[in-house]
Amino acid sequence: MTLTSILWQIMQTLICLGAAPLVTGFVRFVKARLNGRQGPSPLQPYRDLARLLRKELVLAENASWLFRITPYLIFGFTWMAASLVPSFTTNLVLIPTADMITLVAMLGAARFMIALAGLDVGTSFGGLGASREMMIASLAEPAMLMTVFTLALLTGTTSPARIVDFVLAGGVGLQVSMGLALVAMILVAIAENGRIPIDNPATHLELTMVHEAMVLEYSGRHLALIEAAAMVRLMLYISLISCIFMPWGISQSGKGLEGLVIGLFAYGFKVMTLAALLGLFETVIAKMRVFRYADFLGGALLLSLLATLVLYVSEAV
Amino acid sequence: MTAQALLAVAVFPFLAVLAMLAHRQKAAPSLVHAGCLGVSLVLGTIGILSVMKGGVDVAVLPVGLPWLKAHFRIDAFSGFFLVIVNLGAVMASLFGISYVRHLTHPARVAVAYPMFLAGMNLALLSDDAFSFLVSWEFMSASSWLLVLADHEEEENRKAAFTYLMMALFGTFCLLGAFGILAQAGGGYDFDALRQAKLNGWQSSLVVLLGLLGAGSKAGLVPLHAWLPLAHPAAPSHVSALMSGVMTKVALYILARILFDFGPTPAWWWGAVIMATGGVTAVVGILYALIQTDLKRLLAYSTVENIGVALIGLGVALAFKGSGLLPYAALALAASLYHMLNHSVMKGLLFLGAGAVLHATHERNIEKLGGLIHRMPITAAAFLVGAAAISALPPLNGFVSEWLILQTLFLGPKVPNWAMKFGSPVVAAMLALSAALAAAAFVRAFGMVFLGRARSQAAETASEPPMGMWAALILLACLCALLGIVPVSATTMLSHIAQSLMGIELSDTIIEGWPWLAPINVTRGSYSGTVLVASVLFLIMVTAIVIKGFGTRNIRRSPAWDCGHKESSPAFQYTASSFAQPLRRVYGSTAFRAKEEVDMPSPAEIRPARLDVRIKDLIWDGLYQPLADGVANLSTRLNRLQTMTVRRHLLMMFLTLLIMLLVAALRRVMP
Repeated sequence: MTLTSILWQIMQTLICLGAAPLVTGFVRFVKARLNGRQGPSPLQPYRDLARLLRKELVLAENASWLFRITPYLIFGFTWMAASLVPSFTTNLVLIPTADMITLVAMLGAARFMIALAGLDVGTSFGGLGASREMMIASLAEPAMLMTVFTLALLTGTTSPARIVDFVLAGGVGLQVSMGLALVAMILVAIAENGRIPIDNPATHLELTMVHEAMVLEYSGRHLALIEAAAMVRLMLYISLISCIFMPWGISQSGKGLEGLVIGLFAYGFKVMTLAALLGLFETVIAKMRVFRYADFLGGALLLSLLATLVLYVSEAV
Repeated sequence: MTAQALLAVAVFPFLAVLAMLAHRQKAAPSLVHAGCLGVSLVLGTIGILSVMKGGVDVAVLPVGLPWLKAHFRIDAFSGFFLVIVNLGAVMASLFGISYVRHLTHPARVAVAYPMFLAGMNLALLSDDAFSFLVSWEFMSASSWLLVLADHEEEENRKAAFTYLMMALFGTFCLLGAFGILAQAGGGYDFDALRQAKLNGWQSSLVVLLGLLGAGSKAGLVPLHAWLPLAHPAAPSHVSALMSGVMTKVALYILARILFDFGPTPAWWWGAVIMATGGVTAVVGILYALIQTDLKRLLAYSTVENIGVALIGLGVALAFKGSGLLPYAALALAASLYHMLNHSVMKGLLFLGAGAVLHATHERNIEKLGGLIHRMPITAAAFLVGAAAISALPPLNGFVSEWLILQTLFLGPKVPNWAMKFGSPVVAAMLALSAALAAAAFVRAFGMVFLGRARSQAAETASEPPMGMWAALILLACLCALLGIVPVSATTMLSHIAQSLMGIELSDTIIEGWPWLAPINVTRGSYSGTVLVASVLFLIMVTAIVIKGFGTRNIRRSPAWDCGHKESSPAFQYTASSFAQPLRRVYGSTAFRAKEEVDMPSPAEIRPARLDVRIKDLIWDGLYQPLADGVANLSTRLNRLQTMTVRRHLLMMFLTLLIMLLVAALRRVMP
């Protein structure tokens, strides 16, 4: 535990929260431009959050204590998880706290709480959202853990920072399994973040929404926390994919200040590229029917299993 | 230590006799439960001491068969299970003190309850096959009586009968396993069984019989069918013990057979057990997802968790069989930790269900709802249990499933294709079952405690008396504690596992407080302590910032109803509708689920109908044919009873002749 690792940890924690609305805003901006619209400025999410925070809180008459603590728990868990994914450096003091399995489970805990909150008020929308969210999660979580399995077999570790070290040391090379794992993880990330084709973050048509249906009863600062948590979660998945599959530029312990500056710039570049790609992907694809999700995510699960098996084959050859 | 433990166990029959004599006294059942609480506390302490001290303590009593005295023994391994059993017993008894008074037949429960505890404790203390089987049967019979406590209900009688059949089957299998071991070892005491030298197929037969015998008690798929019938039928605090604790006694003897008796079975038995565990976990939780009876749902979730623990045992066996002893010790420790955690969380959940039952007299989750407003303490405790059993950090269920996943990730180190291909598949099953468990418990908690009350009973419920919620709070705290500071528990467990594996390593699991790191820290690590502290810190910062930034105004208003009044609670999502997407994704293969919608045309005035048909494939495919076959056979054999004396004599003569022939043949062809 060194002073720098504490400092970088604080910096990382602040960046993953502070930049998250910008990333979400940037995705929306890209989509608007691709649609031929002017679109709001990428800074709009900051203004939205500030507006929600200042607004009065409207609670449903039937809302219990669970409904009121949930936004804080979700936000806390998601923020913590995001600050444990190495973004510009692996020299973070809290890195051993959680490996990738734990990261998945922390997001699972946040999802558990939000699904309960959806059921709390006792409206049919809340139940609909909660039920679908848990169905999607039951498909996405195994797929994600299988991806982690593949990575653990390749690199001998489940800690994202160690995977970065391993890949940067040239331990992996070009592997088919890595590619399959990447595709699987992207599919999972799309599902977990409620992006098209699984869920539409912009929709307010009841029958097509999942995440929005659960949080329908939230308002004011509670809604601000939940929206912010969703933005941080998008940031988390983008960071996770970029740190595992394109770790180039990430500063490691022992590198000086210039390594850090390079790391920061590389991170910014990677995040913006992936965000732009997400915007492009969402523009060219249409939303799926609810019961097609099983094919989509089952595909992710099979891909990640295949990644493991291909690994054996490539070892044997 | 063993002598003291036996003395303590000897108090249980006295309590039972007391309950019998004083069955007219109103206070007697509660007093008996209080007595059980005291005795279990003593036994639990003995368990903790013997785990900490390690070593072996033997006691021999001059009772039992003429050539076999009753052997008893405590070592660190059985000490650990003593802790599991008596921790559960203390909490269940504490809950039972006030709960038993409100049952229909408190006196019946009070007689069988101490006997049940005695049976479980004796089974763990036994050190020879005879005492073990007697205690095991004692445990089965007394729990059978407890299932029958409400025998006026047809359903309970049926459940008890199924349970009795399965218990007999289990004992029969264990008897066979012990028989083979004893023949090779030259005696029925466990020391002889440990020395037994078996050849390949004998060893396989022992493992198979042990797996069937212990598995039928623990709820291994497809031998689980009795469990969701019998566990819910018993009074809730007994259900907590049957589900949380008795299943662990079964896993105890399975672990003894696998790791302690005879030579180490071949590695592929590990793969088989691991795969069985995976199937058990997924099937168990899929059934739990579609249940509407709260206690039955919990019983199916027990099936799932037994599967998870079994995965750990299987992996440990595969590692041991391949000579990777440190990994084997790690996997065994992970499995043991999951057993401890499951007994705590399942105890909590069943007792919570008991509190709900006490307040509403309702087990059907479709008729509950909104209890969080009227029973906040029960709701909070149940929420902790639900989150823990869904393997969510930072609670205890997550830690043990994390450890088991980590050992599965090591699975491909076994130089064998079955394990190389099998461990990722089983890991996927484990992940699937954890994700489905989260869905099942969001559904259970949501339907029971959240939303609006769906019945009069749920509307007028109130918090149970203090004795009950005290047990709930203690267990909830234990769930949190075992999750947030798991390191000391896992250190102790790795010592137990190492003693069973015959290696001495001190740092397989921890990397210095508070980091939990299997093998070493570079492979992946976890710290519940740091995690909780950091998340709490972040939440605090958030709350302070929000307080400074925004307004504190709160306004209450009706829920958003999309323009039409949702006045009736029937507008809410029900348990069945919650499960519908999951049923559609998984149910069409697992349950042959079929949905039929009968929608009247606009002119007709009749209600629309939705028919959902679900088949229990295991019951229909395995149990029903078996039961029909037995019934068929016994009808035919009935004819034997109406034969004349002459024919009877002829039959006896023929039987004797055949047996003599067999004996003669054996002498000729050795």
